[in-house]
Amino acid sequence: MANAIEAAGLRKRFGPTQALDGLDLTVQAGEVHAFLGPNGAGKTTTIRILLGLLRKDGGDVSLLGGDPWRDATTLHSRLAYVPGDVTLWPSLTGGEIIDLLARLRGGQHDPERRQELIELFDLDPAKKARTYSKGNRQKVALIAALASDAELLVLDEPTSGLDPLMEATFRDCVNDERRAGRTVLLSSHILAEAEALADRVTIIRAGRTVETGTLAGMRHLTRTTVDAELAGPFVLDGTPGVHDAVIDRLGDGGSRLRCEVDNAALTEILRRLSAVGVRTLTCRPPTLEELFLRHYSERPVATVQ
Amino acid sequence: MTTASLTGTTALAKLALRRDRIMLPVWVYVVVIGVSANAYTFARLYKTPSSRAALVASGQSNPALLFLYGRLYGDSVGALTAWRYGVWGALFAVLMTIFLVIRHTRADEEAGRLELIGSARVGRQAPLVSALAVAVLANVVLIVVLCAVLPLVGLPAAGSAALALAIGTCGLAFAGISAVAAQLTSGARAARGLAIGVLGAAFLARAVGDSAGAGGPTWLTWVLPLGWTETLRPFASERWWVLALPLAVFGVGVVLAFVLAARRDHGAGLLPDRPGRPSASGLLRGPFSLAWRLQWTGLAGWVAGFAVLFAVCGAAGKGIGQLVGTSSALQKEFTRLGGQTAIVNAYLSSLMLLAGLMAAGYAVSAVLRLRAEETEGRADPVLAAATGRVRWGLSHVVVAVAGAALLLAIAGVATGLGYGLRAGGTGGWMARMLGAGLAELPAALLIAAIAVAAFGLLPRASAAVGWTVLGLAVAVNLFGAALQVSHWVLDVSPFSHVPRLPGGTVSASPVLWLSAVAIALAVTGLAGLRHRDIG
Repeated sequence: MANAIEAAGLRKRFGPTQALDGLDLTVQAGEVHAFLGPNGAGKTTTIRILLGLLRKDGGDVSLLGGDPWRDATTLHSRLAYVPGDVTLWPSLTGGEIIDLLARLRGGQHDPERRQELIELFDLDPAKKARTYSKGNRQKVALIAALASDAELLVLDEPTSGLDPLMEATFRDCVNDERRAGRTVLLSSHILAEAEALADRVTIIRAGRTVETGTLAGMRHLTRTTVDAELAGPFVLDGTPGVHDAVIDRLGDGGSRLRCEVDNAALTEILRRLSAVGVRTLTCRPPTLEELFLRHYSERPVATVQ
Repeated sequence: MTTASLTGTTALAKLALRRDRIMLPVWVYVVVIGVSANAYTFARLYKTPSSRAALVASGQSNPALLFLYGRLYGDSVGALTAWRYGVWGALFAVLMTIFLVIRHTRADEEAGRLELIGSARVGRQAPLVSALAVAVLANVVLIVVLCAVLPLVGLPAAGSAALALAIGTCGLAFAGISAVAAQLTSGARAARGLAIGVLGAAFLARAVGDSAGAGGPTWLTWVLPLGWTETLRPFASERWWVLALPLAVFGVGVVLAFVLAARRDHGAGLLPDRPGRPSASGLLRGPFSLAWRLQWTGLAGWVAGFAVLFAVCGAAGKGIGQLVGTSSALQKEFTRLGGQTAIVNAYLSSLMLLAGLMAAGYAVSAVLRLRAEETEGRADPVLAAATGRVRWGLSHVVVAVAGAALLLAIAGVATGLGYGLRAGGTGGWMARMLGAGLAELPAALLIAAIAVAAFGLLPRASAAVGWTVLGLAVAVNLFGAALQVSHWVLDVSPFSHVPRLPGGTVSASPVLWLSAVAIALAVTGLAGLRHRDIG
């Protein structure tokens, strides 16, 4: 299947700031693609270039097979966008804005779907936008996007104002969209969201892509978190591939070990644990938070000898 | 009010001064330079009483001048300066104060910035107190600087102080009025509109009171603050007690604002928001209907203001005959100007010039709505939908053009109605004045087109460019002639080229070339919008 979004070597400079410095992003049609990075990494700038709001300084970019700058108007009837910081016209009601956005895209909402989403997100559409909280403003933009028949949804940090209950509702909706065959580009710095939703992720930092692929494909780069309660005292004495180890002595002569282990060293550490005697053992793959920390933490992760 | 509710006032006032560190000095500079440079020019141009005679005679008899500038109470250079620039200086001081107070109270509250501040160690009343403190400071600085500068150009110290105080205290009165307006509405735009509406009423009241002539409602000059700048009579045996009036308005306004502020919730006005439609009507369906929806309430306010202002002004034109004929000097001046018909025509055409400048102001504000939509992020959802940039840009430009045309038509018809009802021949006057009003349209649109060009090419400077150009046109056309500036300067303003109707000769060529330049500028602006970054 063709790619919905293809960007290579994208560059954009604002005065002295190099916002994008050779960014690559490929989103396949029909996938939910998480676009991750800390604040200021260039996520919104990339999205605004994809929407034809900003002109790129360099690099190649195509959106739904067209040029996002030149063909902006025609491409936009095939996509729906939720900005990261949703500002609405204060004198219009939420319901009016939902309808207006559909009409501006050149379409019309299915009234049943619109009503269903309004109930799902628990929005009062008769209120003037000036009275909405950030979460409610976000709901207006989300409902407008989800109720549309666009083949591509561009969502810039769509849940930053939603409460956990609404976040769950949002995830259900995105999973429905995936099943319906729509492509979703989801920018976020909330990693649990990407982890729960994304088929593939692209991680960027300071305007460059640092990692892209499936989550499964990225985990091999990383470590397993091990948490074990042991029958006797345990000494690590320099086992290679073990990091951030914390060993507590327990009152009954046993001990507890928490550490991160390179996947290559798992066999060795498990062998040594069983030698002491294992009472309980938890091993889990790293969360995206941990992946993220590695890419963005200022200092390298300290290694315990 | 407790001390706790004032915690943080100083910090907030410093913040306000920091944010306004450019705008405030510019406003003060404009008023000071406007008044003192003109006083200097007057002193140079009109050295002897005889050289001032014509100006004094027209100042005492020409209702158009009385309407625009107020009554003239003496024949000294100081009195002429106070007459020409007292009311207008005060008008600028008032605008500075309105923008200042609303910006640091309701606008911050609407934008959510006060919420952030309110959660810090800041008292409940601190934002209002600090905004008022900065407004008082700005007006006091204005008074002090004027007091210092005016004697330097050779004006008597007492009169200079009176003129400075007249201007500054008028600003203070509107600080109180703006503080109240900021409590009443939940939107900054509406609060600003309310305060400017009071300013408009004040201008109208004194204009009608001044130009009414003997037997007319001259008491109207006394009703609202702007008139007090004249009744203080700077440079003409000052009546110092008049200063108590604006100060009293300031005091009452401040107290009322605090009472109202204590009774309302954060973010709310006294007038609650009513629920609206849960879904959009079929009419709201594209960028043009959106622009209309966003702008029609503002336009409706302008239309109402224009209708009242120009009907009243038109009716005041009938007083001209009674005003003249009291003294032989006036009679002579009257004949020099071309007799009854010519004077009436001059009065009515100067009303149309005023309408043209005001309509240009409306059109500039309607065009600059584009920039506000862009910076506040509301252009993004429109442009991220299937709306081309030119269509979006045009949507607000069309509102500006149609609004300016409507306002000028209303100015003309209302003037004709007001004058016709008192002088007879209502239908004929309405038709004649409709044409006279619309003749100003190309000039007004040329000013707006400069704002469009700036929006497309220099978006960050678009507001500054738009308002500066309008300010220059106002300065050239309202004050240029009395300052005997060269034709070259007068010719810069598009309003110098439109036919002065009624009475002037109509020729199509200026209308055509003004329109052509306006269209070229607007096309340039929209083309620029196509090629630049949004945001």
